[in-house]
Amino acid sequence: MPDTRHEPIRAGIGTPLSRVDGVAKVTGEARYAAERPAAGLLHGVAVLAPIARGRIIGFDETAARAVPGVVEILTHENRPGTAWRDRNFSDETAPPGHPFRALDDATIHFAGQPVAVVVATTFEAARFAASLLRVRCEEEPHEMDFNTARVEAYDPPKKRSGHQAIKARGDAAEAWEAAPFKVDAEFHLATEHHNPMEMHATTVIHGQDGSLTVHDKTQGAPNVQSYLCSVFGLSSDKVRVVSEYVGGGFGSGLRPQWQVQVAVMAALKLERSVRVVMTRQQMFTHVHRPEAWQRVRLATDDVGQLRAIRNEAVTATSRFEDNQENVVNWGLMAYACPNADGDYKVAQRDTYTSGDMRAPGAATGMTLFEMAMDEMAETAGLDPLAFRLLNYSKVDAMSGLPYTSKALREAYRAGAEAFGWEGRPFAPRSMKDGHDLVGQGMATGMWEAGFQKTSARARLTSDGRLEVASATADIGTGTYTTMVLVAADALGMDPARITAKLGDSNLPKAPVEGGSTAAASVGAAVDLACRALAKQLLKAARKVEGDPLGRAGLDDVELRDGCIVLKEDRSKSVGFTQAMQAAGLDEVVAEETAGPSLGGSVSQMRTSRATHSAVFAEVRVDEELGVVRVTRVVNAVAAGRIINPKTARSQILGGVVMGIGMALHEETFADLRLGRWMNHNLAEYHVPAHADVADIEVIFVDEVDPVVTPLGVKGLGEIGIVSTAAAVANAIWHATGQRHRSLPITIDKLIA
Amino acid sequence: MSQATRSMADDPGPTVAARPIAQLPLAITVNGVERRLSVEPWVTLLDLLRDHLDLSGTKKGCDHGQCGACTVLIDGQRINACLKLAITLDGAEVTTIEGLGRPDALHPLQAAFIEHDAFQCGYCTPGQICSAVGLLAEGHATTREEVREMMSGNLCRCGAYTNIADAILDVMGGDE
Repeated sequence: MPDTRHEPIRAGIGTPLSRVDGVAKVTGEARYAAERPAAGLLHGVAVLAPIARGRIIGFDETAARAVPGVVEILTHENRPGTAWRDRNFSDETAPPGHPFRALDDATIHFAGQPVAVVVATTFEAARFAASLLRVRCEEEPHEMDFNTARVEAYDPPKKRSGHQAIKARGDAAEAWEAAPFKVDAEFHLATEHHNPMEMHATTVIHGQDGSLTVHDKTQGAPNVQSYLCSVFGLSSDKVRVVSEYVGGGFGSGLRPQWQVQVAVMAALKLERSVRVVMTRQQMFTHVHRPEAWQRVRLATDDVGQLRAIRNEAVTATSRFEDNQENVVNWGLMAYACPNADGDYKVAQRDTYTSGDMRAPGAATGMTLFEMAMDEMAETAGLDPLAFRLLNYSKVDAMSGLPYTSKALREAYRAGAEAFGWEGRPFAPRSMKDGHDLVGQGMATGMWEAGFQKTSARARLTSDGRLEVASATADIGTGTYTTMVLVAADALGMDPARITAKLGDSNLPKAPVEGGSTAAASVGAAVDLACRALAKQLLKAARKVEGDPLGRAGLDDVELRDGCIVLKEDRSKSVGFTQAMQAAGLDEVVAEETAGPSLGGSVSQMRTSRATHSAVFAEVRVDEELGVVRVTRVVNAVAAGRIINPKTARSQILGGVVMGIGMALHEETFADLRLGRWMNHNLAEYHVPAHADVADIEVIFVDEVDPVVTPLGVKGLGEIGIVSTAAAVANAIWHATGQRHRSLPITIDKLIA
Repeated sequence: MSQATRSMADDPGPTVAARPIAQLPLAITVNGVERRLSVEPWVTLLDLLRDHLDLSGTKKGCDHGQCGACTVLIDGQRINACLKLAITLDGAEVTTIEGLGRPDALHPLQAAFIEHDAFQCGYCTPGQICSAVGLLAEGHATTREEVREMMSGNLCRCGAYTNIADAILDVMGGDE
């Protein structure tokens, strides 16, 4: 019988819990994709295309092959066979087009395209030999200039899955012309590269039976597994993809990247275990946030009520795929306004295809729109927060559908109070401290609250320990810990007795971890599996001598501290393991899938679902040096139910930091003559360093929403970055009186 | 893409003839264990740790001394392992994250990092912790601002900086 002398602390959804993978991470025991040992492991180092567009004429391999330890040089001329149809190279998140195929043929599509992989017995030998390999190319003209490409921007004929159609209302053109107060401004966002701290890496362990265990840096082990099977024609029981620990993703691990293609090619050709790790420079040869242009026209009436919203954008993509994001929709959804229209196009240039990076579309389109909103508030003579409140929309203003919940008003209030917004002087350049101009700005953030079909398994063993498992990923998001908390909540167990397993294609199927959907979706799946397991336990409890629980159903009992307790008579209880013993069970296992039911899908069509945030920022600008310091940020978030306040806060902190990067630092420069990214390293591609980040306060406002997802969870991975850069840019205006419409706002722009 | 520039069609090609790389003896103490090794001179301390000694707690984030993920302690001083050729460390004492604490006996900084959620993906974490050990030993940082400044050699893309500062200040016992 359980010890009933003291009440155990009940932990579950809403309890701040330290990361369950924390010890592994702080001791160095957590092994990432490049850190799996294998007998006879070979190391592959990629050689990149030296030109931006053209053809490979040939290779001079003599010097490279002469390096002791070199085993093979893999090129398009000797690689193993792959599928010929584009759809075999597609993946869960691929945009329409012809997916990139590494070492496929002699065509060079972009600078930095891998054209050969030198495989050797040591990393050093492979690296040296790669430097000796000569690629002879025939160059064709290329175009890397976004402004030139933009002239030929087009509406992609085939829409990407998840792409949301733009729905216009009223007559925005006429309303804009007629209104008394107007803004017409063009904005720009630089190309950004994800640069997770762990470089993309794959260790392929070649089994004696020809099976492959692929340790890959990915946000979706099942996605990579099905991709590899369809690309190489492998049977699914021969390929297992594992991503137990992922050193950051931010979207770069959504699609299988080229290192996994070439590592598997080498392993198949040589029938050996092979590791390929991208260099930091090579991290600039694949996915990136597209460079963006946005023109926003806004107009209000005499009292500041919005009369017209016209939102246009173009984002960059490659020649071979149409990457698309929902960029302009946010501006049409966010505020009450009778007339609104939008236009979105993509522009091709000779790069790898752009792709999803933290809050794709919203981090661009909502941020730049919110910079325009600040200008509109100024023009209309209103405080930026008062202006937004005046134009508050309770419903999704684009579709007209009600939100399942929208506690943005509460977020504005809580954020403004914590920040001390009230009493902020209206005029720019009105706060000075020594050499510093001080400014305060704010903005509204939005992201969708998504849900994806996900499976999970719960297994209780006779020692009273529970394991919950799903193929999903934890890229730093805290998924391991949220899974444990949801299970603890569902079964009334001590989290210390629960372990979570994830990042393995052999586990119950889960989609890629992205778009802030994992916590809601995996959480729901774990919850369902635990409830199914509880039902089995209740059945087993019948076998306990004396049948203390009688005919009680799940609603008649409470699960607490590893026991089933009868609600109407708490002296009657059966321990989980006691029930299992009585029924002669070594383990109880349940697997369930959470997905939008038919009813759920219908309700999804009748409602809109989103997270919201109110971001407030304070900056100090040294007017002589142009140095900007973000001294304070308050981000108040309405994101439904928070599973783990501790890791949830960190998600928002991280989003804010990346938002500071977007505002002030991050920019990948193209060399238009060579057609390459120039600053392809962490010394020249600036991400916020510790000294760049001061005080950040995160607030979660109450938002009870039983409709949005089964657990009322909306997800947090993206919302923290959305509009943070706008709050900073708006604060820079407030400090300096200058409108900077091109992000990042670097020193050169400030002192120009 | 550095090799790319040398791979243009008009490049005459390599002039260096490849030859076997000599193995040189190296006596090095890693986490209190003295090791007598034979290493090629082009092996960095970082690759020695990760590839040769299977101490993968030390991370490779850029291989160019730009990110700090590979920070270890050499004779008590924090240093980027990717910038150090192993062969230059004969007689040195190296402490990596594995040598700071064990899962059942964490170093106070390791425990504080967990308590303050001072990491997300965990990849920069061993370097951050080793760097923080070095920082505390240096004794120059006394305020939050100084901690922030002197920890700026360690990038964290997940943006856990404020929590990292909290964890370090907690262990310093310093007020702000």
